[in-house]
Amino acid sequence: MSNEMAATTRYSQAGDEFLFVELNEEMTLEAFFLSISITQKLRDLALPGIIEICPANASYQVRYNPDVISASQLQNKLEALEQEVDSQQVRTLETRVIEVPVLYRDPWTHETLMRFRDHHQDPSATDLEYAARINGYDTVDSFIEAHSATPWFVSMVGFVAGLPFMYQMVPRERQIQVPKYLRPRTDTPKQTVGIGGCFSVIYSVRGAGGYQMFGVTPMPIYDPANEHPHIDSSMIYFRPGDIVKYRAVEREEYDALLAVAEKGQFKPKISPFTFDLDAFNQDPDGYARRVKEALYEH
Amino acid sequence: MSIEIIKPGLASSIQDKGREGHYHLGIPPSGGMDQRSLIAANLLVGNPEGAAVIECALMGPELRFDTTRKVAACGAEMTPRVNGEAQPLNEVFEVPAGSTLGFDFVKAGARLYLAIEGGIDVPERLGSRSTYALGSLGGMQGRTLQAGDTLALFQAHGQAVSGRHLPPSLVPEFSRQYQLRVMPGLYAHRLRAESETRFYSEDWVVASEADRIGYRMKGGTPLSFIEREPPFGAGDDPSNIVDACYPIGSIQVPSGSEPIILHRDAVSGGGYAMIGTVISADMDTVGQIQPHQKVRFVQVTLEEALAARAHYQKVLKQLRQMP
Repeated sequence: MSNEMAATTRYSQAGDEFLFVELNEEMTLEAFFLSISITQKLRDLALPGIIEICPANASYQVRYNPDVISASQLQNKLEALEQEVDSQQVRTLETRVIEVPVLYRDPWTHETLMRFRDHHQDPSATDLEYAARINGYDTVDSFIEAHSATPWFVSMVGFVAGLPFMYQMVPRERQIQVPKYLRPRTDTPKQTVGIGGCFSVIYSVRGAGGYQMFGVTPMPIYDPANEHPHIDSSMIYFRPGDIVKYRAVEREEYDALLAVAEKGQFKPKISPFTFDLDAFNQDPDGYARRVKEALYEH
Repeated sequence: MSIEIIKPGLASSIQDKGREGHYHLGIPPSGGMDQRSLIAANLLVGNPEGAAVIECALMGPELRFDTTRKVAACGAEMTPRVNGEAQPLNEVFEVPAGSTLGFDFVKAGARLYLAIEGGIDVPERLGSRSTYALGSLGGMQGRTLQAGDTLALFQAHGQAVSGRHLPPSLVPEFSRQYQLRVMPGLYAHRLRAESETRFYSEDWVVASEADRIGYRMKGGTPLSFIEREPPFGAGDDPSNIVDACYPIGSIQVPSGSEPIILHRDAVSGGGYAMIGTVISADMDTVGQIQPHQKVRFVQVTLEEALAARAHYQKVLKQLRQMP
């Protein structure tokens, strides 16, 4: 499918307090880059009457007070901001690279996925076996390698508090894609790492979910009780625009990291990074190496 | 200066006017689902209009007061009783130290707001005392009330006067069937035209899954989407979209079958097409609809939504100016 098909921005008034903006019907890195850039500029303007500014994968939404700024005034402003971003010569984003350790094939998501086998497309396989097979990987190990070798872009934070949606930074033909469960589960362990559609997520709280489950991370990402110093007063660790690099760990290291996290001493491996959209588009594989270098040779 | 929860009721939680500015990180506004009744109860007892109150859904709690306090109950019709003796709704009454406050079964409406002189003293989290249970945030340890909880109260300010009541013109009227005004939009263009028309011409019934996150509706004809090749990243079901933000009040239709109206504890985003948004002036009404009651959705324009908003604000102004 071509990008021309849905490349026109669509504005929709959602009730009298929300303006919803779809940048592309499809998920593309360009649409996400536009979403994060426009919403950042809008935040910087600090316009009166703007209440919530929410970037998403290929869209964004603004909550406003129509008694202060009208829907048409707001839309005019957003159109101008989009033009401004479009006309930029350099398309870069100041962000950070974060390592997320993952225990794949862990006992907790395994127990959960077995409990909900009747909600799944393939009750005879685990979520990992199913995902590996339909994405053309011979073994679960090679699938885990594909999931953890490439960087992922945090393209949206939400659903529930602090849950990151991540978009894989590889050419589209190599992106991992899996359907969601046929019917959602009523349970998902906290800090489960999974995939639905083309998005990888980390469940921030225990609860309902429909994404395929691959493992768990010991890294706390939501902190309502203020127990984890690596998370600031917003209580939420991830921000749209963060770049995540998963690292597979064994059970022993997982247990050690979890013990550190439970003492409120978890320190994520993190490095500042300037993302350059055009450099990425020219050489995605080389760019993945640069992201890794930023993390491990910084 | 506290109250003890003897029985928690069905889903009682501490709420105020809610928190703003965190929806982009997945934290919804929360706060009383019927803001007008929450504000009315607070103003009656002389509290700031956004003081923390107890929101009582369908079945009220039983509370023991260790201190004498004036209180007011607004919203759903559940007769309050002090040591078994009936008390008025929408009017200030006193609960003496050592006595028990309970509620009868709900007669109309779905949520009652109990304001206590001084207000409930729980810590502010991200600028609000409201409970967001899905995220274990705010209120009483981030959850609904449980038997054995003790709620601390702020000092009484001495401005509450027994017998002060809402003027009859400001007492809300409840029904068994409701009209909710909706601005069509978002992904409504993905619906077949006849399906969208039918959505607005049929009765829908509130399902038992009706809570602070959202209200699920059933009983209408399933919605039908226009066939398409799924956009990359959206998912194969015709009701799927590339995961996006969900406006408060937006109506989504997973698989086209049962529409869900998101409310103040909304999930902030996801991958289901939304077909319109309930206007802000009708969101309090949603919070007062009981499961099994009937709803009709009525299409309105932005101009009509803004007129309804102005009317709603006029009612709030009258509450603030009441004698």
